[in-house]
Amino acid sequence: MTSAIPTPAPAHGHSEHPKHNLTGFIIFLCSESVIFLAFFSGYAILKTSALNWLPAGVDGLEWRTPLLNTVVLLSSSGAIVVAEHFKAKEKLWLFRGFWLLTMAMGAYFLYGQAVEWSGLKFGFTSGTFGGTFYLLTGFHGLHVATGILLMGIMLIKSFIPGNYDGGEQGVQATSLFWHFVDVIWVVLFLLLYVWQA
Amino acid sequence: MTSATFPADPKPPAGWSRYFGFSTDAKVIGIQYIVLAFFYFLVGGFLAMIIRGELITPASDLVDRTVYNGIYTMHGTIMLFLFIFPVLNGLNNLLIPTMIGAPDMAFPRLNTAAFWLVPVFSLLLVSSFFVPGGPAAAGWWSYPPVSIQNPLGHFINGEFLWILAVALSGISSIMGAVNFVTTILRMRAPGMTLFRMPVFCWTALAAQSLQLIGLPALTGGAIMLLMDLSFGTSFYRAEGGGDPVLYQHFFWFYSHPAVYVIILPVFGIFSEIFPVYSRKPLFGYVYVALASFIIVGLGLVVWVHHMFPSGVSQWMRDLFMGTTMLIAVPTGVKVFAWLGTIWGGKLRLTTPMLFCLGGLFNFVFAGITGIMLATVPVDIHVSNTYFVVGHFHYVIYGAAVMGIFAAIYHWFPKFTGRMPYEGLGKLHCLLTFVGANLNFLPMHPLGLMGMPRRVSSYDPEFTFWNVIASLGAFLLGVSIIPFLLNMLSSWIRGPKAGHNPWNAIGLEWLLPSPPPVENFEDEVPTVISRPYGYGSGEPLVEHQEEIERRLELQEATA
Repeated sequence: MTSAIPTPAPAHGHSEHPKHNLTGFIIFLCSESVIFLAFFSGYAILKTSALNWLPAGVDGLEWRTPLLNTVVLLSSSGAIVVAEHFKAKEKLWLFRGFWLLTMAMGAYFLYGQAVEWSGLKFGFTSGTFGGTFYLLTGFHGLHVATGILLMGIMLIKSFIPGNYDGGEQGVQATSLFWHFVDVIWVVLFLLLYVWQA
Repeated sequence: MTSATFPADPKPPAGWSRYFGFSTDAKVIGIQYIVLAFFYFLVGGFLAMIIRGELITPASDLVDRTVYNGIYTMHGTIMLFLFIFPVLNGLNNLLIPTMIGAPDMAFPRLNTAAFWLVPVFSLLLVSSFFVPGGPAAAGWWSYPPVSIQNPLGHFINGEFLWILAVALSGISSIMGAVNFVTTILRMRAPGMTLFRMPVFCWTALAAQSLQLIGLPALTGGAIMLLMDLSFGTSFYRAEGGGDPVLYQHFFWFYSHPAVYVIILPVFGIFSEIFPVYSRKPLFGYVYVALASFIIVGLGLVVWVHHMFPSGVSQWMRDLFMGTTMLIAVPTGVKVFAWLGTIWGGKLRLTTPMLFCLGGLFNFVFAGITGIMLATVPVDIHVSNTYFVVGHFHYVIYGAAVMGIFAAIYHWFPKFTGRMPYEGLGKLHCLLTFVGANLNFLPMHPLGLMGMPRRVSSYDPEFTFWNVIASLGAFLLGVSIIPFLLNMLSSWIRGPKAGHNPWNAIGLEWLLPSPPPVENFEDEVPTVISRPYGYGSGEPLVEHQEEIERRLELQEATA
């Protein structure tokens, strides 16, 4: 079978299409970003059109602790890059170390979020301000938790002998997901904590 | 390539039981989708019969008014989320892998999961008939504040189940869309560049891209609706500082493109079928293919035309009137391409061809009323009247469902190995075409006269057209009988079909009927020309004669 035009490799069952998982996952992430876009635009519309944005007794959000959280989450994106670097060099124990560090930083972020929530003077029924705040941070927190879960699965899979010999797409996908969660948080931080006027 | 390796002995399908289990084979899943969808087509159709039965007289005398609200809401929801999306996903499952020469979908297990979510959320939706207060009754669009009332105060109520079912349907559709897009982008046969891909795959790619972009917005909006309904937030409650129009934006940002998700694959079906039965190449293949993506781009920026009477600002009305009218350009390109294909062709008026011709006629009519509705003053005048209902049903039933029937008759021999009966098929086509026009045409004068939709009683001056519409609806109800008879009897004991009974060109027609489990397996032919080479004598793939000879030999010995 020869042909003058450049052709994709012939389809020999699924094992020989190794890049599919990543392609599918990237397509999924693009789609997932739209749901955040919907929430962000809903937040912006409700906020700009509100007569009384802040509920009685609340004068804005405290931003210093969340900023610390942000720094931790952003650094964890660096840690996961280092972990991937060591995986590429086939130093599996260093990979596992930095992978675990990323998980710990993610967990710290969730802890910080929980501490912040428990100290707030408004609930999710406190007008559109409370509703959008808990919706955005909660939905994002759910993604952080999912990311940690995915990393846990990848960590366990790394102990299967020979599993990472040919490069592991699950690791790449999880890492992409983690960066995605990070980028969403940056936008969220700007919208919720910086844009308070 | 020796005869020992090609084609691998068609593995005899494992019998009927495979259709009732968790199969990962796209061809089994495709048929599961289609059969389940037609079951719900009968359920949704039964509800439509009740609606038209109620409307045959001006008084509200057949069902209670509140029951009526639930019935039209569930009719719309079932027909869209349980019939038309599943049936199209079924066609995608059958046609995409075989048309591009892939052994299966890119993610077979994801495919299985996406399908089995359908029975789950369909049961959830249907169970809402049995909860206190009955099913959701706010119309299929579920606008707040009507949808977040919950007068009986039960936590589990019809609207609650409706939102859950729609959210699950969204998850299933996203899983499907990721799968279809990945498969089309990465698993095409050697030599099949994008511009050698059948138009059905182009339109499927376009439609599924729209799902990926639009559906999350509806899911986001539905989550907020659920929180308003059940957890006391006030995103859409004006009294709590919320904005009910915000929901309309979320809803229509997806649900207008959803119409293109439905109609684009039908454009693909038209583009496949007209060339086969006209014996001519598809006129303007490249433009037809690219127009699909122009429709995607424009389709994402027209949603506000559903909200002209919702108090949006004038500049938005003007802008969205313009974009909506522009949609007529790429669709017009397609319509003229089909006419150009038929023009001077050697027409064979088989059942699929007749369905396509009828569907095209209805689509052009729906397109014209669509332009009328895009015009702001007309839209405000006829908004929420039967004019809108008529327009919508011409698109969905008149064009999309007729196209789907065409596809079923056309590819039935390929995937079952049996020929459907032409006589019953033509009777089905005639009843469908006459019934649909009799049912939906009178809705236009009714709307212009001012009859509002979603009412169970009306002024006696509207009686005449309503009686005609109801008769048409009952004819449509009858039209399904020859279809079901045809499908059942020909599947069980219809004449055996060869590998290419319609003398069509395409990779799927180079497979035995029905195709073996992994389609071409390791012997995927190399594509060397554009699709639809009718009359050119040009082969589609390398060694085409050899492949066909072997298939014929196989059929002769079978």
